[in-house]
Amino acid sequence: MYENRRLGLLFVLPFLLGVLLFKLFPFVMSFALSFTQYDLMEPPVFVGLDNYREMLADDPLFRKSLGVTLLFTFLAVPLRVGFALFIAHVLNFKLRGINFFRSAFYLPSILGGSIAVAVLWRFIFARNGLVNIALMKLGFEPVLWLADEHYSIWTIVLLFTWQFGSSMVIFLAALQNVPATLYEAAECDGASKWQQFFRITVPLITPVIFFNVIMQMVHAFQEFNGPYMITEGGPLHSTYVLALYIYDQSFRFFNLGYGAALSWVLFALVAGLSALSFWSSRYWVFYAGEKDNK
Amino acid sequence: MSPAPSYAERAATLWRYTALLAVAVLMLYPLAWLVGATFKSNAEIFTSVGIWPSRLDFGAYAKGWKTSTEFTFATYFLNSFAIVVPRIIVTVISCVLVAYAFARFEFWGKKTLFAVMVGTMMLPLIILRLPQYLMFREFGWLDTYAPLIVPSAFATDTFFVFMLVQFLRGIPRDMEEAAQIDGCNALQMLWHIIVPLLKPAIIAVVVFQFIWTMNDFMGPLIYLSTVENYPVSLALKMSIGATEEVEWANVIAISVVSLIPSVAVFFMAQRYFIEGAASSGIKG
Repeated sequence: MYENRRLGLLFVLPFLLGVLLFKLFPFVMSFALSFTQYDLMEPPVFVGLDNYREMLADDPLFRKSLGVTLLFTFLAVPLRVGFALFIAHVLNFKLRGINFFRSAFYLPSILGGSIAVAVLWRFIFARNGLVNIALMKLGFEPVLWLADEHYSIWTIVLLFTWQFGSSMVIFLAALQNVPATLYEAAECDGASKWQQFFRITVPLITPVIFFNVIMQMVHAFQEFNGPYMITEGGPLHSTYVLALYIYDQSFRFFNLGYGAALSWVLFALVAGLSALSFWSSRYWVFYAGEKDNK
Repeated sequence: MSPAPSYAERAATLWRYTALLAVAVLMLYPLAWLVGATFKSNAEIFTSVGIWPSRLDFGAYAKGWKTSTEFTFATYFLNSFAIVVPRIIVTVISCVLVAYAFARFEFWGKKTLFAVMVGTMMLPLIILRLPQYLMFREFGWLDTYAPLIVPSAFATDTFFVFMLVQFLRGIPRDMEEAAQIDGCNALQMLWHIIVPLLKPAIIAVVVFQFIWTMNDFMGPLIYLSTVENYPVSLALKMSIGATEEVEWANVIAISVVSLIPSVAVFFMAQRYFIEGAASSGIKG
């Protein structure tokens, strides 16, 4: 029965239609739109490469936004993945209460994407918010997290880092697959716990690190709720990430062609960085023995 | 086998617990403090780092629930559920079917289609928003819940398909082969064997879809324009945007309430879906 081709095709049909209608068609359409000028009122006008030219030549806001997006990604992704790996490593020592900690660390991951948490975050980092009260109690100067362009990015970076739980559980599963015999051998040879971590654990789970970095990068480039709700892109556009700029151009100013062009730049960025990671993975990702090591 | 723990080992264990506890406190303190803050007066909120309020006043909850609009949060919660429930149902049905096809059948173009599926998981959604908006506008679906539900009926949440496929691949086919010999057809097999085996993974799908749809903000923001149709996420945004002089306790109180369904679902089903998240990787 498994060889029944028609039946398999029938079951997969919803997906085939869905991917064509809701993924591929919009994908191609957005590419086409990026060469037009379109405001929903008049029909789209073909303008060639004008949108891209304008972006590169005279749109300082695009350059600012691109810089903010890259800064955010390069701060937030290593912090989230690093934290996730560190905590997963500590949890992997057979400690009692691991389930409690695992849930506690995972909880922010599922709540973090909500508007409620963004509202709460905005409040925690307000001028008189929890963070500043705590800083003052400890004898530090309060920081204008939401009003000072040098610090504002940290509010959204910290929100992103705070949600390290999903990466953590993936690391935890990977760590539990590292054969215990390797550690025992290292122990005999007198390797310290830190040496074991960097010489055995990290090399063996590089595929998982690689996977997490890529997926989190894709997420980070699209971060929207945090900057939209907490800092509203400000102050002085210091948190005006590309996702926000795309949203504004597309759905607030109705420059649909320009919005589409911006989103294609974001896509090129994600695809380019992913490709770069794949290429570089030859040098640092280590696949153990057999190809299929589930 | 193992000897009694040495002094060094006990010290290491102590250090690990300290580190874990410190991080847990650091991560959960803001949440706990915010729950405490909902009972406090504005003056107390802005001066105290403690969790326990000096009084227990549910006024903020009552005021937050009422909102400054003509609707209460009861309306917004019902709206959210009107999106979440149908979406979960169509997601489970379509994703199980498609995962069944990928994991257990051979068909023309399977490899390519599977690659497309994995590829779309990495496709930034934001690039699709604008054309999808134009499409749904043509369909006359704007300001309805259709754009938020219908695509899910076509297994477009490919993360779930992938998760289910991975799960199915780990299940031996013995039972299915036995059932086949007994004369089960493909649909009977799906219903009587695959679905029961997939139960933990299906629970994971339900929980993730519940929480993500409750959290979803950009979708409703783009497609819905009438306040009457707003789900909780949009209503929350409105409550903070309405005035500059924000009644913080009210806003926080209602934010805390809005998280209750997700937190409840999380704790009810966590053992299923944390496993699910770990086995297939991704998202969050």
